Amino acid sequence: MTELVRIAENRQELVLNMGPHHPSTHGVLRFLVHTDGEVMSRAVPEVGYLHRGLEKMAESVNWAGYMPFTDRVNYLEAMFTNQVYAMAVERLLGVEVPERAEFLRVIACELNRLANHFITLGCITMDLGAFTPFVYLLRERETINDLIESLCGNRVTHNYMRIGGVAHDVDDDWLRHLEKFLDHFEPLIEEFRALIVGNEILVRRMAPVAVICAEDAVAWGLVGPNLRASGVDWDVRRDLPYSAYPQVEFSVPLGRDGQGDAQSIAGDCYQRFLVRVEEVRQSCRILRQCLQKLPAGDIKAKVPKLIKPPAAECYAAVEGARGEIGCYVVSDGGPKPYRVKWRTSSFSAMSIIEHISPGLMIADLVAVIATLDVIAPETDR
Amino acid sequence: MHSIYQAIEQLSLGPWGRDILFALAVLVVAAAVFMVALTIAGVLVWVERRVAGRVQSRIGPNRVGPIGILQWLADGLKLFMKEDLIPECADRPLYRLAPYLLMVGVFGAFAAVPFGQALIAADLNVGILYILAVTSLSAVGILMSGWASNNKWSLLGGIRSAAQIVSYEVPAALGVLSVVLLAGTLQMNGTEMAPGIIRSQGGWPWQWYIFHNPFALMAFFVYFTAAVAEGNRTPFDLPEAESELVAGFNTEYSGMRFAGFFLAEFANVYLMSAVATTLFFGGWQVPGLTPAEMQSSPWLQLLGLAVFVAKAGVGCFVVVWIRWTFPRLRVDQLMGLCYRYLIPIGFACLLGNAAYLLLVPAGSLADNVVHWATAAFGLLVLALFFWRVGYHLRRSGERLDLDLLARGRRGPFEPRWQHRAWGAHRRQAAKEA
Repeated sequence: MTELVRIAENRQELVLNMGPHHPSTHGVLRFLVHTDGEVMSRAVPEVGYLHRGLEKMAESVNWAGYMPFTDRVNYLEAMFTNQVYAMAVERLLGVEVPERAEFLRVIACELNRLANHFITLGCITMDLGAFTPFVYLLRERETINDLIESLCGNRVTHNYMRIGGVAHDVDDDWLRHLEKFLDHFEPLIEEFRALIVGNEILVRRMAPVAVICAEDAVAWGLVGPNLRASGVDWDVRRDLPYSAYPQVEFSVPLGRDGQGDAQSIAGDCYQRFLVRVEEVRQSCRILRQCLQKLPAGDIKAKVPKLIKPPAAECYAAVEGARGEIGCYVVSDGGPKPYRVKWRTSSFSAMSIIEHISPGLMIADLVAVIATLDVIAPETDR
Repeated sequence: MHSIYQAIEQLSLGPWGRDILFALAVLVVAAAVFMVALTIAGVLVWVERRVAGRVQSRIGPNRVGPIGILQWLADGLKLFMKEDLIPECADRPLYRLAPYLLMVGVFGAFAAVPFGQALIAADLNVGILYILAVTSLSAVGILMSGWASNNKWSLLGGIRSAAQIVSYEVPAALGVLSVVLLAGTLQMNGTEMAPGIIRSQGGWPWQWYIFHNPFALMAFFVYFTAAVAEGNRTPFDLPEAESELVAGFNTEYSGMRFAGFFLAEFANVYLMSAVATTLFFGGWQVPGLTPAEMQSSPWLQLLGLAVFVAKAGVGCFVVVWIRWTFPRLRVDQLMGLCYRYLIPIGFACLLGNAAYLLLVPAGSLADNVVHWATAAFGLLVLALFFWRVGYHLRRSGERLDLDLLARGRRGPFEPRWQHRAWGAHRRQAAKEA
């Protein structure tokens, strides 16, 4: 870091220390920004401010006991991290998850995806200076949190999944409320569009800004909406089917040149924004189908109280709200994991910022961080 | 102020006594103007937070006083009692001075704001020029605070602000100049014999300068846009862009000095609305009354004050409303807007107004027809706007919550309470089972 500061001094540049505490870094991210006036010559991300040793902790608790820790990998995607860990261990054990549990997992995950995208879309608009859409989306997120709370008792760190199924069943009352929420929310997507998505200032702030071409996106390991915004058609839900996703229909939105605005290019900030707006709609679609197709039956497979998977290793991946979340578990046949490794999307998204930052302005960096949806706990774990 | 001076003249106290009395009168009037401006700024803070609350479907301040109207006093008291921190490496004299420069720039301009026919501290013969000149001082204050804080974010904010204010002064001045051309004077009120800007307009909309001719209408929009930008308000609030520059030029300020910046910003919002009211909307003129008639009764004077405050209040509301609706521009876009669009349009308005004055004789039939047509056009646009608002209100159906005072009544869709109660119900059922 001192090295970077010295280089900047020689080049007569201003070194701005953006973070760890800064309103637009959403947590404790840090960037060393080299600027010439308002124009950046580079922005170097610095990670490690939120390292909690979640991978190491796994080695001192038993297999089932690690589930609450997975909530903390990313506080906005607890359902997904729950599920990917449960899937990995289930594969080790060779457990079949009951049909109803799979559907409940999909419902929970899609609700979580909605809640997460509300925060993301809201933060994008807020970082670009419009506060009101953020509040509107938080209002809707509140309902989702209420739904999830009555599903599993927690609003943020859900701890809903179990190895072999889910923790709690739902009743008709809950499903009715979910349906009522969808009826209420789906028109609001149009309202959000009318309010902000086509706003000229917003579009001009994002439209051809910070373009990541498809090759770069793949090379830097971007996943999820960030990857799809660059035009790469990859969605774990569809391409590596898991859980109940093969039984529901949904489309995978992609970024395209000129979509939404004539000047927009696939892979720019605006496409990343639009892809997320469209994913919200698709999530609603999935939820409606799940409500129709939810079968009766058990919610948890028979799993021994003390889980001792055979000595083996296994990787599982789900499509989280930010893209592919991977969990690699290694068992030595004992009651505790030998090793758990997380592969999260924010880390790679963060690393590409240094590559695309030269020539952007400081205000653009804010848009880039927001649209890449970098979240601090996920980069560090 | 002029009438006070005349009264002192008549007292025949000798040259010294007269001067001392006059100096005292000036001090009293200055203090009164300052207090009025501070109160306006404070109330505007409350209005802004309240409007923001309703825009964002939340309640807003409602604890201090009825519907929270005294919140600004509580906040002000809190800020006055806070420690005044000065960063160790700051340039101390400049750091301390900066907020006062900003406040002088904004509050000083209130001296020439014509709240009513007689309610103007100094009806200068260069009134509008004085306001333009004094408000420029705020750029110095902002740049100084940005530099003296010895903080890179503050510096960036200060430089952004200086560039912005200097640039946007040009279109603002062009907008003002159009009116000066129409009125033929820089004075605000003027007298019967030599009418100022307000006296040469009338009470009815078609007598206002905004509807004088199409170029004047354009000039208003140029002035308004530039004034919002000069006041560092969203969508042009780059100097204090929270998500980019933390808090911009006032990042390091705390306590009373921060309150100074804060109040100056809000006083500035009122100032620009008041200037727009004066220049374009007929100021304190009451429809159906001539200035001479208004002069006869103090009650009519108060009516004029109410009209002025109401007009300026609408302007303030629009500014607040814009702030909670739009995102923020980027620096290069901001400058592009100024130099590529506003300045050429401003010059076009100025030339258009000049040509209009030259070609259309004042008071002729053609002149009156243009006034009427422009006013009709403006009112039509306004009617269209209200129709559109009504359409959306009707369309939102039962989700509509127009509890403007927001006393806490909840709308028909009450997700949180419903689910809470219902979750408790489930837990109860589980316990029984």
